[in-house]
Amino acid sequence: MKPVLLDVAGLSTTFPTGRGPLIALDDVSLSLDRGRTLGLVGESGSGKTVLARSIMGLLPAHAHRQGHVWFEGQDLAALSPRDLRDIWGREIAMVFQDPMTSLNPVMKVGRQITESLRHHLRMGKDEARTAAVDLLDSVGIPEPKRRADEYPHQLSGGMRQRVTIAIALACWPKLLLADEPTTALDVTVQSQILDLLQAKQAERSMAMILVTHDLGVVAGRTNEIAVMYAGRIVERADTATLFAETRMPYTESLLASIPRVERPSHTRLQAIAGRPPDLVTRPGGCRFAPRCPYAQPRCAEEEPPLLPAPTPGHTFACWYPVGTPAGDEALARNTASNEASNKAADRAADGR
Amino acid sequence: MAGSGTAHLRDRADALLRVEHLVVEFPAAGRGRKVHAVSDVSLDVLPGETLGLVGESGCGKSTLGRAVMQLPRPTSGSVRFGGQELTALKGEPLRRLRPQMQMIFQDPISSLNPRRRVGDIVAEPLAVWRSGQSHGDVQAAVRAVLADVGLDYDTAADRLPHQFSGGQCQRISIARALVLEPKLLVCDEPVSALDVSVQAQILNLLEDMKARYGLTMLFIAHDLAVVKSISDRVAVMYLGKLCEVAPSDGLYDAPTHPYTAALLASIPVPNPEVRPGVGGGTLSNDLPSPIDPPSGCRFRTRCPRAGQRCAEEEPVLRHCGDDHWVACHFPVGKLGQALSHTGPDAMAD
Ligand SMILES: Nc1ncnc2c1ncn2[C@@H]1O[C@H](COP(=O)(O)OP(=O)(O)O)[C@@H](O)[C@H]1O
Ligand code: SF4
Ligand code: SF4
Ligand SMILES: [Mg+2]
Repeated sequence: MKPVLLDVAGLSTTFPTGRGPLIALDDVSLSLDRGRTLGLVGESGSGKTVLARSIMGLLPAHAHRQGHVWFEGQDLAALSPRDLRDIWGREIAMVFQDPMTSLNPVMKVGRQITESLRHHLRMGKDEARTAAVDLLDSVGIPEPKRRADEYPHQLSGGMRQRVTIAIALACWPKLLLADEPTTALDVTVQSQILDLLQAKQAERSMAMILVTHDLGVVAGRTNEIAVMYAGRIVERADTATLFAETRMPYTESLLASIPRVERPSHTRLQAIAGRPPDLVTRPGGCRFAPRCPYAQPRCAEEEPPLLPAPTPGHTFACWYPVGTPAGDEALARNTASNEASNKAADRAADGR
Repeated sequence: MAGSGTAHLRDRADALLRVEHLVVEFPAAGRGRKVHAVSDVSLDVLPGETLGLVGESGCGKSTLGRAVMQLPRPTSGSVRFGGQELTALKGEPLRRLRPQMQMIFQDPISSLNPRRRVGDIVAEPLAVWRSGQSHGDVQAAVRAVLADVGLDYDTAADRLPHQFSGGQCQRISIARALVLEPKLLVCDEPVSALDVSVQAQILNLLEDMKARYGLTMLFIAHDLAVVKSISDRVAVMYLGKLCEVAPSDGLYDAPTHPYTAALLASIPVPNPEVRPGVGGGTLSNDLPSPIDPPSGCRFRTRCPRAGQRCAEEEPVLRHCGDDHWVACHFPVGKLGQALSHTGPDAMAD
């Protein structure tokens, strides 16, 4: 039997800082089959980019990475930088939030594609040129011949992102890591780019990890979703299950914070109070506890492990899961005590 | 009339802001060429109202917001603020009105001076506009406005902007805008650079500040779900023109301009059973260049319903429902159908 396409096992990434080690990725395990799309969701700073870059081996020199990245049975974490270079682009490719991260501002866009084709696929000059124009065409760039001779700054943000997708797809990678590819774009361009990624993924039966802070972006476009918080995966399930049987309060809160166009205007949004924890001085217990509407005393003391739910493939890390008797009770207890303290505050205010 | 019309303006003497036939053009490379950023736009905002302005990047939303503030002055047209014609005001009289109109921007971090402490950033407008205030009064005002936006003076005032997250920087810029107790707050994509969770915090904060400070708001963004959530009335803008104006809920219930329908279809829906883009064509291609906008209806090069008439004749905003106005020859949806039955211009003003 062929090994699974991607099997990340116990991956941790730490950055030394003046205040001590910053644990950006804490013992993350994750696997993905061929042709599947995984949404990786969480607020900024939750470790999504560090995870994607740790999979790729694209980390700054001072970063410290532990664990394994099995790709078709080979541990990428054990490869030399030289061997990794043959994997990049050819086996695994990446698309970034800011297209200028991967585009060379002083090179014509056509040439940026042909370079990779000539290097990885050993194509001749003319063959590569034809292939590059075809690629630009296939990612929806109008007048691809003319565009191939333009520089990145001559293109709109959406067109630039199409070019980076063309570059990423050039060598038919088996896995595409798309890190917030549409976060900097308008909603209209966002939906075009997401449609394009989805079409290419299906057409090539390529696996894809789609990174975003917005559960709306991945809802209709992924097979499965992993939710990250403070360097850990806190819930993982196939997409339909994640929405229908949300167990982790953080997932529920992320979903509730999205403005819904079908609600009357001025409907108050359910924002998540506060911010993610500082990853250098993070206290023990559940990382979400200071912001969690369900939190109980136990949450501050013991970190919940990532455990399987009854539905196959569904895992979550929470002591008082949403939609279970324990969670309902915890929430009711907190609501009651909030009301009591609000009343006390009102009385105090009246007395003034 | 060759413009987008003024039928949708309400006949109200108390409008805090009334913009009529606003045109903003910039010189472009090439002799006699111009960027037509805003082309004959009219709108009004009543006291205490939030008007949402929605459209894609480059459609002229920010230019319009800035032209309202006279930054820079519009090429032509009228901007009345509290009954006063701003375009006719110069020097000191205009300067004296400035504190009443404040603006916040998309990129909260770069809109704050990186070398100044947060306390000074928020106090600066007071130093400029109320230079007579004592040090103690200034500090008290800064402390109060920081508390209003959810920041603690004692921990925040001495720190620099880069020590704060994007969401906190947006709180700081809101505090700086509110410290003068303005009447009008122009918000230019204030949440577009933020995560959904922080976006929700800032949208809630703006709603709270609007109530506490009695603000009138012009809220600019590209995401119709965000705009609808905070606005009373929404104006949809495309390539320098208005397409549709309606109360927020009415716009969602009955989108009537094909562009509004496309904007709605682009919103990512957090529900796996909703297939993206189904039920209303999303848009292909980019916005055309505002240097050489299409003739007739500017949306026609991307519009699925465009016909011959659309290239020849510019549509004017006309009444199609309850305070609902659309500029389209072949409008969509239930209001569009009703409009077609009554004849093309039967309901025009
Ligand atoms: N090169 C680096 N040096 C130090 N800290 C870093 C570096 N890159 C990321 N981090 C930290 O790692 C954490 C996770 O960041 P990131 O993966 O970028 O989150 P996300 O992609 O979910 O927004 C953050 O606290 C971030 O500041
Ligand atoms: S373990 Fe406790 S704090 Fe953490 S998510 Fe569950 S209920 Fe909330
Ligand atoms: S006027 Fe014509 S081109 Fe313009 S939006 Fe209406 S149908 Fe489309
Ligand atoms: Mg990131």
